Amino acid sequence: MSSQATAERSPATGDFWEGFRLSIPVVVASGPFAMLFGALAVGNGFTVFEAFLMSATVFGGASQMVGIELFGQHVAPWLIVLSIFAVNFRHVLYSAAIGRHLAHWPLFQQAVGYFILTDPQYAIAESKAESGRKVGFAFYMGAALPVYVSWNILTALGAFFGQMIPDTHALGIDFLLPIYFLGLVMGFRKRPLWLPVVAASAVASILAYKTIGSPWHVTVGAFAGVVFAALMPSSGKREARP
Amino acid sequence: MSTIFWITIAAAVATYLTRIGGHLVISRFENIHPRVEAGLNAVPAAVLTTLVAPAMLDAGPAEWTAVIVAALVALRGGLMSMFLAGAVVLIALRQFMG
Repeated sequence: MSSQATAERSPATGDFWEGFRLSIPVVVASGPFAMLFGALAVGNGFTVFEAFLMSATVFGGASQMVGIELFGQHVAPWLIVLSIFAVNFRHVLYSAAIGRHLAHWPLFQQAVGYFILTDPQYAIAESKAESGRKVGFAFYMGAALPVYVSWNILTALGAFFGQMIPDTHALGIDFLLPIYFLGLVMGFRKRPLWLPVVAASAVASILAYKTIGSPWHVTVGAFAGVVFAALMPSSGKREARP
Repeated sequence: MSTIFWITIAAAVATYLTRIGGHLVISRFENIHPRVEAGLNAVPAAVLTTLVAPAMLDAGPAEWTAVIVAALVALRGGLMSMFLAGAVVLIALRQFMG
C-alpha cells in the first residue's frame, strides 16, 4: 500500500480519482444535511466539538439526526444508542452484500472500509462490482474520503453558524436526500425482480411508518423486499457471478 | 467526560458493528444459497426505497412534482442530472406553493 500511495501515476491514482468523481453528487447532497446536523446539535445542547465528534465517529446522517433529537427530549442514553443502532441496522445488509467484493483487501483496509460504509458508498461500490470490475481500496477511498471530510467540516461549520442558515424549507434541503436516494433506486432498475422488490419495500415501509413509526420503517421495509426476493422462484435467467 | 461523549462513543461502536457485522457473519459460509443471493441482490433497491417512500407521504405537490421529474430524468440521464433536475424543480415550486 505504501508503494501505491507514493507512486504518482500508479493505476491506484487513477482509481482514486475515478472514485472521487463519483463522490461529488454525494458531497453536494449530504453537505446541507451536515450543516443542518451541526446547527440542530448545538440547539439540542451539544458543543461544537461534540457535534463534530458524532459526525466523525458515527458518520451516518439519519441516525445522527435521531440521536440529537432524542437527546433534546431527554430520552435515556441507552435508548438513544439503541435508536441509532436501529436506524443504522440496514448497514448489516450492505455489509453482507459488499463483503464478497472487499474480501481481497488486507484486513486493516477492510476494517477502514467498513467504517465508512454508508448508503451512497455501498451503492457506488456495488455498481462498480456490477460492471464486472474489481472494487479496489484506492477507488473505494476516493469515493468515501471527500464525503467523510466534507461531512465533518460542514458539521463543524453548521454548529458555528447554526443560527444563520436561511430558510431551509425554501431551499428544499429537507427533501434533497429522498430525491438522491430515488436516483440510487433507479440506478438498480435493471436487476432481476427490481419493480416487485421496490413495490414490496415501499408498501411495507409505509405501513411500518404509519404503525410502528420511525425509525423501524427502514428495517421492516428493507427486510420485506429482501425476503420477497429470496422467496420468489428463480427466474431461470442465471446471473453472472464474479 | 460528558454524557453526550459516552452516548456518541457507544453509538459509534454500535454503528461499526452494523457495518462490519453482515460481512463477518455471511463470510463464514462457503457457498451462498441461491435464495440468499437473490435476497442480497435485492438489498440496495429494498433499503433505499424505504428512505424514499414514507417521505412521499409527508410531502406535497411541490415534492411530488420534483420526484416525478427527477425519476423521468433518471430514465435517460445520470445520477447528477436527475438530482439537479429534482432540486431545481423543488426549489422553484416551493417559491409558489410554500
